[in-house]
Amino acid sequence: MLLIRCPYCEEERPELEFRNAGEAHIARSTNIAGESDDDFEKFFFIRANPKGVIYERWRHIHGCARFFNAVRDTVTDKFIMTYKAGEPKPAKLPGAAK
Amino acid sequence: MSAAFRISGAGRLSQAKTASFSFDDKSYTGIEGDTLASALLANGVHLVGRSFKYHRPRGFLSAGAEEPNALVQIVRDDARKTPNVRATVQELYDGLTANSQNRWPSLAFDVGAVNDLASPLFSAGFYYKTFMWPKSAWKNLYEPKIRAAAGLGVSPEKPDPDHYAARYAHCEVLVLGGGAAGIAAALAAAETGVRVILADEQAEFGGSLRFESGAKIDGENGFAWAQAAIARLKAMDNVRVLSRTTAFGYYAQNFVGLVERVSDHLKSPGRELARERLWQVRANRVVIATGAIERHMVFANNDRPGVMLASAARTYLNHYGVAVGKNVGVYTANDSAYAAAIDLKKAGVNIAAIVDLRDNPAGPVIDEARALGIEINFGRAVVSAGGKLRVSSMTVQPKNGGGERTIPVDAILMSAGWTPSVHLFSQSRGKVAFNDETRRFVPGTYAQDCVSVGACNGTDGLDATIDEAYAAGAKAAKEAGGKDSSGKTGKGAKPKVDAGESWSRGMLGAGPGAGPGTTVKAFVDFQNDVTAKDIRQAVHEGMRSIEHVKRFTTNGMATDQGKTSNMHGLAIAADELGKPIPQVGLTTFRAPYTPVTFGSIVGHARGALFDPTRRTATHGWAASQGAVFEDVGHWKRAWYFPKAGEDMHKAVDRECVTVRKVGGLFDASTLGKIEVVGPDAAKFMELLYTNPWEKLETGRCRYGIMLREDGFIYDDGVVGRLAPDRFHVTTTTGGAPRVMNHMEDYLQTEFPHLNVWLTSITEQWAVIAVQGPKSREIIAPLVEGIDMSDEAMPHMSVREGKICGVPTRLFRMSFTGERGFEVNVPADYGEAVWEALWAEGQKHGAVAYGTESMHVLRAEKGYIIVGQDTDGTVTPNDAGLDWAVGKKKTDFVGIRGLTRSDLVAKGRKQLVGLKTKDPKVVLEEGAQIVADPKQPIPMKMIGHVTSSYWSENCGRSIALALVAGGRDRMGETLYVPMPNGTVEVEVTGMVFVDEKGEHLNG
Repeated sequence: MLLIRCPYCEEERPELEFRNAGEAHIARSTNIAGESDDDFEKFFFIRANPKGVIYERWRHIHGCARFFNAVRDTVTDKFIMTYKAGEPKPAKLPGAAK
Repeated sequence: MSAAFRISGAGRLSQAKTASFSFDDKSYTGIEGDTLASALLANGVHLVGRSFKYHRPRGFLSAGAEEPNALVQIVRDDARKTPNVRATVQELYDGLTANSQNRWPSLAFDVGAVNDLASPLFSAGFYYKTFMWPKSAWKNLYEPKIRAAAGLGVSPEKPDPDHYAARYAHCEVLVLGGGAAGIAAALAAAETGVRVILADEQAEFGGSLRFESGAKIDGENGFAWAQAAIARLKAMDNVRVLSRTTAFGYYAQNFVGLVERVSDHLKSPGRELARERLWQVRANRVVIATGAIERHMVFANNDRPGVMLASAARTYLNHYGVAVGKNVGVYTANDSAYAAAIDLKKAGVNIAAIVDLRDNPAGPVIDEARALGIEINFGRAVVSAGGKLRVSSMTVQPKNGGGERTIPVDAILMSAGWTPSVHLFSQSRGKVAFNDETRRFVPGTYAQDCVSVGACNGTDGLDATIDEAYAAGAKAAKEAGGKDSSGKTGKGAKPKVDAGESWSRGMLGAGPGAGPGTTVKAFVDFQNDVTAKDIRQAVHEGMRSIEHVKRFTTNGMATDQGKTSNMHGLAIAADELGKPIPQVGLTTFRAPYTPVTFGSIVGHARGALFDPTRRTATHGWAASQGAVFEDVGHWKRAWYFPKAGEDMHKAVDRECVTVRKVGGLFDASTLGKIEVVGPDAAKFMELLYTNPWEKLETGRCRYGIMLREDGFIYDDGVVGRLAPDRFHVTTTTGGAPRVMNHMEDYLQTEFPHLNVWLTSITEQWAVIAVQGPKSREIIAPLVEGIDMSDEAMPHMSVREGKICGVPTRLFRMSFTGERGFEVNVPADYGEAVWEALWAEGQKHGAVAYGTESMHVLRAEKGYIIVGQDTDGTVTPNDAGLDWAVGKKKTDFVGIRGLTRSDLVAKGRKQLVGLKTKDPKVVLEEGAQIVADPKQPIPMKMIGHVTSSYWSENCGRSIALALVAGGRDRMGETLYVPMPNGTVEVEVTGMVFVDEKGEHLNG
């Protein structure tokens, strides 16, 4: 069972308390009704499926219930870092090659 | 009375404490502390089982968890018949009953052994070749026959009466394995004060010190030192010592699963004792000290009872005081078998000869064996074992060929060397590396915070093992926050090795007796009956990867997971392929290390505790009225309330008719309820639902539809506005959690600027629906402070006040089409208010109705149920609910999805009503609909039935269906082909009762 650090509770908790919520950093347009088909397709249907680093949303559903963002390596399943919802995509990852 | 092969003065068991037991209905006597294996061997019993495929007689190969052969059934009673128990780990208790497996009619005479003679039919991959044609025969003939023939033990037929405990634990240092290495590591870690857990699969700690007579630590015999060290560890507050506990799985982030056998070794465990306990341990650092497993020699008939690992014979002698024979032969390719020969010789057992495959080995154990007068043959091989139910001889030949000599023996001890137990390391996702010099896989690259020490790390010799393990234990503890203990002196200092034995090399693969070209049965994998020939054959038939060889031959795929066979199989394949071993690869080690019972994994989560059951406040009342319940998610809901003599249809007919004529009470508490509160509550509702909310007056309700971003219906429900900043939202029963999640998701991440709070209030309010023409008369006498007249409280309104003296949120709404109310009261008062309403209802002749009548009543009015009449591909327009989508709105979740080209295309499936031409025929829900029943199969299906019931109110069947272009087909005849004939239907509107909606105020 993975341990995941909730950036709001500021501690590691077991995976059972969390639920994955899909890819992170996909913002809903403030003018969604006027969005082109292509843009809506990108927003709603197209998702990255990387082998390696993925940016994704998690919810601490059986804890503080907050949604947050995480960076995870899909090969090792290791969480590289977690950060609060609304914060920008980290420019540099801890432990990343220089 | 001492058993024939028990040697007085040998071993550590107290001969005074006897235990009687039976094996295949014959009674024997053993000693407390025996395993079933040692007790049988003490009585001279070697034959204990029949092999899986060829039904060959089998005895004990080992004295531990790696045992592939000696699988027995332990029977406590009818419900406790555990199959495939390794006799080598089953501790003896007085009265133990064991039976052999996979034989008929008896162990000594087994009809299935004909398979051995017919073995050419059963060579590698025979399943894939033999049972191919005809195709249908696999399911009907081959598979059932094979399954019946192949099973080992017999499952008990009754439910398991035992209970299984579970514990979570955390520690800084978890030490897996309690031999010399594990104990040394635990001592070092414990001294630092951090929390330490030490676990070992055996009843007693010591690992190989159980048989290593030459080990001396801190001035004591190795095993005695181990017991003293364990006593010391047990006395420390920061240490937990777990015996009989197997670490079976190593998971992410140092999460280790262990199973503790709590009572399988007890004569009559009390009910208060669990049978097993699952430990789920999260450790900061893990020290793996799992030792090594001795390999057998691969030669013809090496499976005869009496042929066993040298270390096993030594364990039986030095720990249990049992000689495995009276005239013993030894076949080895390394030094450690010499120590077994020496120990046995000193105990008075004749050693017929040592046969050593090596040409000119030298060393102290060889000298000692020679000095004891044991015949030693270098450069020779045992090419075959004689005997059938028990080994009777060994045939010896120079390893490069030449004259054979047959030596009578009653046991053969063999050792091909030691395989480091890298199972747990490998499970931790560490990568093993092959050491070309020592020809073994050892831990290479680590993936987690763990370290391997001792024999499992390829460390040879007791001295080096203790050094390495003690340092690793100290380091792990220090890294996990403990103090530095490496320089410790006095108590808790590094144990001093006065004398120890040394591991040495050996060989991998088949010996000369099983050389290329031979068809003899030289077993590599005993449990799955895989021979050296099978592995060669797999290579010849084109298998190149060891993963393919494994699956083709089933080598290493039995319950022992190839603990003794994997390296031999790999070496033979590599040899045949002419490739170095690392290029052929090593198969993956997977959890569990040894078989784990389902009971220990399931624990208490079975029966009523398997899944939570949710009951509403009126559950007890409904049960007392004889309600039949149905499961809706985790909820138990009253399905219908049959009177004496009524079946479900009669009860539902009565309930439905009475509701429309008089009235009825229905428990709607399971509907999800969410309170949306805050200055921006209306704005939030505008974004989450298709409907307009800003202008909804306080005290009024509206039917809301929630979409996903793709435009499809996600949920629906009636929403009441209690105050300008407060909405009481209801959801479907099953949708409550996901709607809450959906709302929170948008509130937290897309619309965080909105000042809104969401609270699930599903459990806070019990909801009693009172429906029917008399509903107001039933409720009114109990209500205070609410004017319930049509003028003051029209359809789709909500009021707060009191009922029966307790607070209520009283909704006027209807899911039946009749005048109706939903009485929300705090859940604690739910049953009391229900009973008061029931008493009032009785005065008018109202009924209690269940979910089935609720379904029929709403279908009569064409009210949809999300998830039944919609399936995640239905838009509001498809469902005929376009009126609920705010046309002037510029944003809501799903607004863009609704304009997708395929969602506005013509010919989409639309919800319509269906009437069967024969009113008595009730369609089947899910049945497919076609326009032309005479078209060839496969027919073009244009829709399906979503809801279908007998409507007593209509005197006919009614149905709802999704049909392509359905609203343009009104009056059309369509067809529903069924197995027993095609049903003709007419497309109609969705409202079957009171089309004008007059009953809402009737």
